[in-house]
Amino acid sequence: MDAFLLSRLQFALNISFHILFPTITMAMGWFLFYFKLRSNITGHPVWMRIYRFWVRVFALSFALGVVSGVTMSFQFGTNWPGFMEKVGNVAGPLLGYEVLTAFFLEATFLGIMLFGIRRVPNWVHTLSTLIVALGTTASAFWILSLNSWMQTPQGHEVIDGVVYAKDWAAIIFNPSFPYRFTHMMLASGLTASFLIAGLSAYRMLKGDDKLAPKLSFKTATYAAAILIPLQIFAGDMHGLNTLEHQPQKIAAMEGLWDTTEGAPLLLFAIPDEQSRENHFEIPIPYAASLILTHQLDGEIKGLNEFEGEHPPVAPVFYAFRVMVGMGMLMLIVSWLGSSYLLRNKVVPTWLNRVFAGMAFSGWIATLSGWYVTEIGRQPYLVSGVLKTHDAVTNIAPSNVAFSFTLYAVIYSVLLIAYLGTLMLMCRRAVEIEEISTEEREMAKASKMSPATV
Amino acid sequence: MFDHVTPEMLGNIYVGLLGLAVLMYAVLDGYDLGVGVLLPPRNEGFRDDMIASIGPYWDANETWLVLAIGLLLIAFPQAHSEVLQALYIPATLMLLGLILRGVSFDFRAKVVQVKKRKWDLAFKYGSLLTTLAQGYMLGIYVTGLRTDLWSQSFALLSAFGVTAAYMFIGACWLILKTENELQAKAIYWAKRGLLILSLGIVGVSIANLTLHDEVRELWLSAPWGVVLMAIPIACFALLLLCGVVLKRLPEAQGKGEWLPFVIALLVFLLCFAAFGISYYPFVIPGKLTVMEALSSADSLRFLLVGVVIVVPCILAYTVMVYRIFSGKTEKLSYY
Repeated sequence: MDAFLLSRLQFALNISFHILFPTITMAMGWFLFYFKLRSNITGHPVWMRIYRFWVRVFALSFALGVVSGVTMSFQFGTNWPGFMEKVGNVAGPLLGYEVLTAFFLEATFLGIMLFGIRRVPNWVHTLSTLIVALGTTASAFWILSLNSWMQTPQGHEVIDGVVYAKDWAAIIFNPSFPYRFTHMMLASGLTASFLIAGLSAYRMLKGDDKLAPKLSFKTATYAAAILIPLQIFAGDMHGLNTLEHQPQKIAAMEGLWDTTEGAPLLLFAIPDEQSRENHFEIPIPYAASLILTHQLDGEIKGLNEFEGEHPPVAPVFYAFRVMVGMGMLMLIVSWLGSSYLLRNKVVPTWLNRVFAGMAFSGWIATLSGWYVTEIGRQPYLVSGVLKTHDAVTNIAPSNVAFSFTLYAVIYSVLLIAYLGTLMLMCRRAVEIEEISTEEREMAKASKMSPATV
Repeated sequence: MFDHVTPEMLGNIYVGLLGLAVLMYAVLDGYDLGVGVLLPPRNEGFRDDMIASIGPYWDANETWLVLAIGLLLIAFPQAHSEVLQALYIPATLMLLGLILRGVSFDFRAKVVQVKKRKWDLAFKYGSLLTTLAQGYMLGIYVTGLRTDLWSQSFALLSAFGVTAAYMFIGACWLILKTENELQAKAIYWAKRGLLILSLGIVGVSIANLTLHDEVRELWLSAPWGVVLMAIPIACFALLLLCGVVLKRLPEAQGKGEWLPFVIALLVFLLCFAAFGISYYPFVIPGKLTVMEALSSADSLRFLLVGVVIVVPCILAYTVMVYRIFSGKTEKLSYY
């Protein structure tokens, strides 16, 4: 294997592992802020119990995000030196702003959030929670701005093969950025919602009949039920934006080889890049044209218009179907859960099991969504500006093979440890976290009694 | 904004910022890496208290490394890719160490007792791997990315020197943050560390003179060399003072507990100043200068706006957090 393929595999591995954790923390920061506010308003200790459980999940996820993020900042230089040489004048400041405005904020105030409650006034603790949530969102803002610029670059000029920035507002707010940012924040919201609902359901299945898991389950299920239709709408808008700027990506997502008027939506197919056709198609006639152009006979450009310039079809095609399928499943489960909660205040055990099983469904949807958009950008690293192949390192393949193996091993171990630890935390929470007498007094004194929450 | 700032000034500003980030990193993550390396495998109580002493800080400390690497990447992209491609394997090992210690910190608090010790050991050896790799990388970097035998031995010397320096400042931190038995142990560690560090500084300084002709001329020529000699003299005066202070500790009411850490900080500062004076204006010693490696001035001006506003804020809230958690460490209870 050559350094190019190995570097791509390594980067894919690293970024796939990395994105799992920010996807959780970006939205969970806001969940924590909500829990803290509820605690401040109601004075009921259960909200602080919920906060305490989830802030630990947050801290663990954050730590994994930090350490895997640090490795990314090294790989830009080690494995993709051409990236910084050619487009560093745009990418550099955006990354710089991310470090300055987000990383320090998150890392510093997380310390107060985790360990500071007895050392600072309550409002400072609440403020720190808000700041951490803002920090994770700011981080997403900058990195998604850079990623979107790589998809739909503008506001720059190329002199002697090197990109120079001309208009920073145009660079930051490039055409795909608003859509990508919204889509990703909602994805994070759904990932965190299903994680919170799923682990709370797991706790209840393990016999936890305390208030905390019930409340967090309810909060997260309602949040998911609200976010999923928004996400489907945002995803649709994002798709239209992609059709305008990156039609070859849409063609790969739809598995459309020839430019067609009234293109069908393929529920399933096996795209064959050798013979440039699909096998075993299950089409819905006209549906793709209807969705993408809002006309039955709207024209959609096929892959053959972009020969040599379009992404590998099969991974984009399949990943897109996994993402959409997962979204539909989320819609059904969260609405079903909400309707049970509204009518009966509880969900049946079988549905609890489904929620527990879907605790990490957000990861699957998010990862497949990223595969669609990132593989869909190939063969370019920066659309129309820099090909991936021209950015790669010339260090020895054996060195990259060594680091790749090392990362693969350590990340597998960490992922297992992470999942195991979350499960363990849930099972432990079943036994501990009983409400103490002191807290029962506090609960009595507060406006809300446990029975009516 | 900043249109009047010339590329030369930008180069100096960014190399200064890079220096600030590296120094902050060496001091801040230095002590928490040092505490990690010092973790005693056979005393769980000590381990709990030691890790508690760095609990609220380590995450932000490590962010200075991200800033330093980020600044190198943004302002001197050519240096970033040359340095990190040359140091690919040690950099990978350092990252492995950082990953291990970063996650161990969070895992250890959440797992069953039997596994806790394993994560503690992962924390300790992750820290050790990190410090050794950083020292080695610093050594190779100083030689101007040479790979001959002499450079390799120098880098190994530097690996031990940096590890000793981190252990020393880590022990000084523990003297400041802990009490009783653990503090007594920390004083013992600091004494040992002081000795090894002093030897390390002498060794690295002498070896350094053999690496680059310009550096030797700078330090050994009159009149500049005489003025510059103030740095090593001050450095050794401080180390001596620290030895005296450590002999008298612990004193009643915690008198003078803060002194070793402040001295360690000043020693770091002096060593860093000597290093900076030796190699300015190079970003890769003897190979690549600041101006040769500088990226587009317009992009750096754009980022400078953020730097001017945000860096003072970062320093301010860093100070704030250290004040909030000042005094002796309490048991780490989450939330």
